[in-house]
Amino acid sequence: MLRFFLTRLGLLIPTFIGVSIVAFAFIRLLPGDPIMLLAGERGIDPARYAELQASLGFDKPLPIQYFNYLSDIVTGDFGTSIVTKRPVLDEFMTLFPATIELALCAIILATLVGIPAGVLAAVKRGTWLDQTVMGTALVGYSMPIFWWGLLLIIFFSGILQWTPVSGRISLVYFFPPVTGFMLIDSLLSGQSGAFRSALSHLVLPTIVLATIPLAVIARQTRSAMLEVLGEDYVRTARAKGLPPRRVIGLHALRNALIPVITTIGLQVGVLLAGAILTETIFSWPGIGKWMVDSVFKRDYSVVQGGLLLIAGVIMIVNLVVDLLYGLINPRIRH
Amino acid sequence: MTDTTTTPPVQTQLRRGRFSEFWYYFSQNRGAVIGLVIFSFIVFIAVFAPLIAPHSPSVQNRDAFLVPPFWQEGGSLTYLLGTDAVGRDILSRLMYGAQFSLFIGLFVVVLSVTSGVIIGLLAGYFRGWVDTVIMRIMDVILAFPSLLLALVLVAILGPGLLNAMIAIALILQPHFVRLTRASVMSERDREYVIASRVAGAGSARLMFLTMLPNCLAPLIVQATLSFSTAILDAAALGFLGMGAQPPTPEWGSMLAEAREFILRAWWVVTLPGLAILITVLAINLMGDGLRDALDPKLKKS
Amino acid sequence: MSLLEIKNLTVSFDTVSGPFRAVDGVDLNVDGREILSIVGESGSGKSVAMLALMGLLPDTASVTADVMRFDGKDLLTMSDRDKRSIIGRDIAMIFQEPMSSLNPCFTVGFQIGEMLKRHTRLGRTERKARAIELMQAVGIPSPEQRLSAYPHQLSGGMSQRVMIAMSASCRPKLLIADEPTTALDVTIQAQILDLLRDLCAEFDMALVLITHDMGVVAQMAHRVQVQYAGQKVEEQSVEDLFSDPHHPYTAALLSALPERATGRGHLPSIPGVVPGQFDRPPGCLFEPRCAYATASCRSSAHRQGPELGHALCNHPLINGAPADGTQAREITV
Repeated sequence: MLRFFLTRLGLLIPTFIGVSIVAFAFIRLLPGDPIMLLAGERGIDPARYAELQASLGFDKPLPIQYFNYLSDIVTGDFGTSIVTKRPVLDEFMTLFPATIELALCAIILATLVGIPAGVLAAVKRGTWLDQTVMGTALVGYSMPIFWWGLLLIIFFSGILQWTPVSGRISLVYFFPPVTGFMLIDSLLSGQSGAFRSALSHLVLPTIVLATIPLAVIARQTRSAMLEVLGEDYVRTARAKGLPPRRVIGLHALRNALIPVITTIGLQVGVLLAGAILTETIFSWPGIGKWMVDSVFKRDYSVVQGGLLLIAGVIMIVNLVVDLLYGLINPRIRH
Repeated sequence: MTDTTTTPPVQTQLRRGRFSEFWYYFSQNRGAVIGLVIFSFIVFIAVFAPLIAPHSPSVQNRDAFLVPPFWQEGGSLTYLLGTDAVGRDILSRLMYGAQFSLFIGLFVVVLSVTSGVIIGLLAGYFRGWVDTVIMRIMDVILAFPSLLLALVLVAILGPGLLNAMIAIALILQPHFVRLTRASVMSERDREYVIASRVAGAGSARLMFLTMLPNCLAPLIVQATLSFSTAILDAAALGFLGMGAQPPTPEWGSMLAEAREFILRAWWVVTLPGLAILITVLAINLMGDGLRDALDPKLKKS
Repeated sequence: MSLLEIKNLTVSFDTVSGPFRAVDGVDLNVDGREILSIVGESGSGKSVAMLALMGLLPDTASVTADVMRFDGKDLLTMSDRDKRSIIGRDIAMIFQEPMSSLNPCFTVGFQIGEMLKRHTRLGRTERKARAIELMQAVGIPSPEQRLSAYPHQLSGGMSQRVMIAMSASCRPKLLIADEPTTALDVTIQAQILDLLRDLCAEFDMALVLITHDMGVVAQMAHRVQVQYAGQKVEEQSVEDLFSDPHHPYTAALLSALPERATGRGHLPSIPGVVPGQFDRPPGCLFEPRCAYATASCRSSAHRQGPELGHALCNHPLINGAPADGTQAREITV
């Protein structure tokens, strides 16, 4: 198991180096002079230019520049925002919990609905129930989620006026962040109505972000279950006189979950891509919206740092998923 | 189906047999046939948009801002699906938008399939360091969330439909590399490849004429899926303002322009998105049918 | 009264091209502690009949029978729930592929323990002790360690021993073994068969042994039932069957045994194949392949009495030749 972990970790190193090269190259690939880009709209005088060039190390050869960049990253220096003048890492750490909260809720919703839906469709294969579940899943899978979000806003915020349109919590509530998760912080604040407000802000973005992973998980669960239900060991379980609930829910599902867990892990990248759109639509102050805003504000050092940090997060999550995969699949564990 | 085994292997006959077998399985799938019908309809609209669209997609009518669809109070038969905030006919813009979406899908798929297949063939055929380098580069591309990478690439290349398509092709291409490489690696030690090699076939011939035709099935399925992903991603970039630029009647950028009227005029928001959904759904329905028809493993069960 | 009594069992499957009758009016009786062997080629419906008894067939199968009684209880009118409390406890089954019959995600100990948990009131530690006991009984070395082993860590023979331990765990009255040694090496086959026979004697179990191997039949069975294309064609005690088969199909099966081949040269074989869904003969199903078939065989086949092994044949054999003097014919298939 340890060896399995170390091999996986080893495979990550070249990928991380590649990712850092992409982030490093990003600013240098932009059309125009990187220093002028970093300086922003107003421009600078030649003396300041030379000073910046020296301090940023742009006068040195590329390999040296890359090496310096890498050692900055290792010491936790991901650059400074041109717009806010705050370190990129600080901004990331402030905004990241909002995205985690949203993404976690979405993946939990997708798993809790997707797996039972897929199991049900597989068990009732060929019936109207199967066709309905799989038809709905295909619609979800084909959904332009930015439009889906707008539709939900029209209906729930516009017509029914049930949910707010944007943000994480109503402005009347204010309390310092403790965990960064609004659901928990609002409870900790003890202000009445705060949790309810946070929850109502979270519902629509969660549904929007969960849509595609939910569809993918339901489809994958169904096909994995169909394969497993034909296996000899499922027949053995039934020959033991076990009730169908246990045969399907334990003996079959336990095996079907092995590929499904991998699928869920692969959804992390999908979720972060989806977060870009979802957070933009709902003005959710997370890293997705942060990246889009930075691209538009030409805050390129944020884009550069954000790219690297987000890719890093995805790589770590994938590593964790690999480990989970090893844990639930005895053939790898031993 | 069985006639292919008994007739002598005349190429055309074999092809026809194979196609009719494929068609048999494809037409068994009701969803796939529905998808094909809808998709043909969209293609028809796209091709004949200049002839059938009631208005020009770009002419603004100052007397008709945000006119609702004809069945609603205040709507008129002049503008069947209403007008947008500057008085352009939505139906006509949707029809011209079909041209853009199909073109985006086609362009992206052709670009990513050709580059992906060539790179994948090289990696799978030569193995060794060529393979290692290629696959690590693909890992790097796949390490980023696809839309984020596309967004950043467009920031580098500059906003616009062409650059958006190039960026999307780049982020979709690793899937083709991986698929091609995997099939080539399973094919390269088969007897027919070795026979061809012994007969003196060169590397290029072995790769493109001997092995590639036998790796096509999964590639076709993936290409269909990529077609719909490309449409979705291009619309998303258009929505974010990084893809097609106004006043292009591209569905994603139509949505972006409509966003501020979201609570006032539902039709300007609902209809372009519905067009995207129906197109993507039709393609995915066909994709599922293709997968079932081309996957021999599923056929047996 | 027999332990298991089945009359006129019919199983048909819905297929794309219409219903397919896999088991056709089969009767079956098993007495307590008896070893009954069901023999037939693949496709003769011998496994399907037993899977139908266990309730293990897919939904596409429809099962009908006049009588299906086990240990005095009527299985036909019993609810699924009540049936499940018998399945596993009183009737257990082992299968042809031991490696894939065990769930790869659970330990051997869990899978044996689950059976005990379902059907007994033993506590956790008692279940563990019983599992170890059972594994010892089926000849698994160092059972304490094997409890926490996963199926992929076991060989085929070891997996089948685990399956046997599991199925015997509640001391069933009837064990059904569906080609239990077909997937195993020849040397292991004999060990597993010995184990099954010893276990039946020790636990007072009846055994239904499904096989296509006449050698296994001779070694194990008390009584034999021969099936052909979903029908029972003959039933006799093992000694009588081997010394005087009454159905031409049984006779042909026996003469195809290498030990019985007379002289040198070709090993005799039965011409043709078992009829399938589309080429079912209207009368006797063996008629196209039978050397003694006559015109009457094309319309129907008669069931003979117990003195002629219940043979489903118009011209039953006595001492290798039809009693009514029918002459052999050339068969062209």
